[in-house]
Amino acid sequence: MPKFESIDHLNEYRRQLRARRDPSQPQVLVCAGPGCLPLGSEEVAQAFRAQLEEKGLSAQVALKTSGCHGLCARGVRVLLRPQEITYQKVTPADVPEIVETTLVGGGVVERLLHEEPETHALCRHKGDIPFYRSQQAIVLRKLDVIDPESLDDYLALGGYRSLRKAFFEMTPDEVIEAVERSGLRGRGGGGFPTGRKWRICRDTGEPIKFVICNGDEGDPGAFMDRAVMEGDPHAVIEGMIIGAYAIGARRGYIYVRHEYPLAVKRLQLAIQQAREAGFLGKNILRSGFDFDIQISQGSGAFVCGEETALIASIEGHIGEPMPRPPYPAVSGLFGQPTIINNVETWANVPEIINMGPEWFAAIGTEGSKGTKIFSLVGAVHHSGLVEVPMGTTLRQIVFDIGGGIPGGRAFKAVQTGGPSGGCIPAEFLDLPVDYDSLQQVGSIMGSGGLIVMDETSCMVDVARYFIGFLYEESCGKCTPCREGLKQLKKIYEDITYGRGEEKHLTLMEDLCAVMASASICGLGQSAVNPVLSTLKYFRHEYEAHIRDKKCPALVCRPLLKYTIDPETCTGCLACVRECPVGAISGLKKEAQEIDQELCIKCGLCYEVCQFDAVRRE
Amino acid sequence: MDAARLEAILSRYEGEPYDLIPVLQEIQDNYGYLPKDEVKEVARRLNVPLTQIYSVATFYKMFSLIPKGRHQVKVCLGTTCHLKGGPRLVDSLSSRLGVEVGYTSKDGQFSLETVGCLGSCAQAPVMMVDDKYFARVTVDKVPKILKLYQS
Repeated sequence: MPKFESIDHLNEYRRQLRARRDPSQPQVLVCAGPGCLPLGSEEVAQAFRAQLEEKGLSAQVALKTSGCHGLCARGVRVLLRPQEITYQKVTPADVPEIVETTLVGGGVVERLLHEEPETHALCRHKGDIPFYRSQQAIVLRKLDVIDPESLDDYLALGGYRSLRKAFFEMTPDEVIEAVERSGLRGRGGGGFPTGRKWRICRDTGEPIKFVICNGDEGDPGAFMDRAVMEGDPHAVIEGMIIGAYAIGARRGYIYVRHEYPLAVKRLQLAIQQAREAGFLGKNILRSGFDFDIQISQGSGAFVCGEETALIASIEGHIGEPMPRPPYPAVSGLFGQPTIINNVETWANVPEIINMGPEWFAAIGTEGSKGTKIFSLVGAVHHSGLVEVPMGTTLRQIVFDIGGGIPGGRAFKAVQTGGPSGGCIPAEFLDLPVDYDSLQQVGSIMGSGGLIVMDETSCMVDVARYFIGFLYEESCGKCTPCREGLKQLKKIYEDITYGRGEEKHLTLMEDLCAVMASASICGLGQSAVNPVLSTLKYFRHEYEAHIRDKKCPALVCRPLLKYTIDPETCTGCLACVRECPVGAISGLKKEAQEIDQELCIKCGLCYEVCQFDAVRRE
Repeated sequence: MDAARLEAILSRYEGEPYDLIPVLQEIQDNYGYLPKDEVKEVARRLNVPLTQIYSVATFYKMFSLIPKGRHQVKVCLGTTCHLKGGPRLVDSLSSRLGVEVGYTSKDGQFSLETVGCLGSCAQAPVMMVDDKYFARVTVDKVPKILKLYQS
């Protein structure tokens, strides 16, 4: 990779790069995104490498591991180009057949094609699969076709041309104006207009300013930022360089949580490549503008996703939030004006500059422009990453894209916005999803986690889970959050242990009112959403726990009873070996019995029984 | 204290107070915990009070003041993993390894931890041993996974 000294140099390199690339060359793209990686992407890629070698095809076929292909539920996914055939659930054992049938023979391995659950229709191409059909990819567009470790791949698809356009065809003011006109709002949760944030920062006139990318994706259930950092790191970097140019920052930070080691590795490599190519460093493309980026790793604290806590963490302190104002755009890192945007926001910026703000503003709703990536997970057929225009309804996302609920079970709720969000019941399935509509029903967009729940989920347990999570993660600085969460946690324990009382429900509402109005930061203020939304829409479930001492979804342990059906039990002793308290006894090959006094209701016996002999009620 | 080992880490930094967290992260990764003597030296070199280091080390989850096991077992308790049986996985691991969450087994082989979210929600429940992910782990798969690491 040369160091680009001018735009002509970059243009010429890109022209040659494209001329060198033969679009008819066979390509194998193995997904190594967050969903496929644990299923064995590396092993599948390794099998392809060995098989291509064996068949003497290594030179003709380009083998790449790419970022997320989207439909994680059916991983490991493999895309074959130029035919655009997409295979699913690929294991190393399938690789010789794929090479033989498709790469050598030009045919299709039908058993590895996507099959629609209802119609059993086989889908050969990505575009044939309903999951992808209603999506509109802007940020995820390149993830399945580029090698994230190759700057050439990014350049070949037009990478860094937005940087060139911003630097040489636009003034910093014009860049900010474009972002303002696009209507882009922060994708990290708050939804603050990005252009306005940049304007406030630039208008401070301070000579030293910073840009920060918030990659501390802590919301459980959200993994889109991980997928983007791992799958298209240069898009984030290009967005940050454009932002730095717009506000006049010389230094940037990417704050990544340490639970994402691959994201850290890919970003480090991409920063190094960008430096060598002259997109980062001194006098970028001879524009006279200097800018560099460094990575700052999180150390495992959810609260650091909050911008003032994140800043404290970069400065070397514990992640305690500060009251705002002043906002970081005015006084941020080391007391200097700082813009913090999240990964997905930054990755949108190059596209807005390249395609123009009007193009972006034409997508979405009145108040929320562009697309949003959701991680669609939980009780849904096609879990994975989806990118849809703002304003797409929950029903379209859960049923048309997600394929509905498996096992013929009924939809109960969808949880959005992580621990700061709420649970939305079936009556709002036709709600067009954007920042404002979600807030109206007591939830938030958050970073885009979308967890589908069916009748096997207990909404009291879900709320208890989030309160437990936030109790652990509260930094403890302000009293309403620290003590409020502690009390809420205790009340939830009482309710799920069968000690709940009617008065608990009003007590919870009172606590929530204080926490929402008096906590310092978003963590405490929005911690009430899981509580209030479930109390509002699923009050009957609370009442069943309190009045009848029953958990209708059979989730809350202390309210359950496990027994073994003597007719079905084969006496295989699998449950006896698993029981942590030795509560199960009986003779070998005869029916076993659970000692109710000893049983801690952990449910391990229920899970290991191969014969469905353990009963739960 | 192995001065050369610590020096290899400290020499890569400017020695300013804001280097504290990256320095502690490297020590944690390198030593498996934050040894007392090393921490004192860091305080001296970065000109940061020992109390601040202690507050940082106990605030963030990745730091440990006591040595961790040879293998780090992390069970994801993100929302999807919670719904799909993550807590039962914790119970099973805890009883099989004979160790509570946050502690290390007596033989020093395994440390058991829970994590807010590992970001592989489509494959819930997920667990990690060291750098390797395990997808859709049910309780009956646990012994097989542990066997890979039991020496």
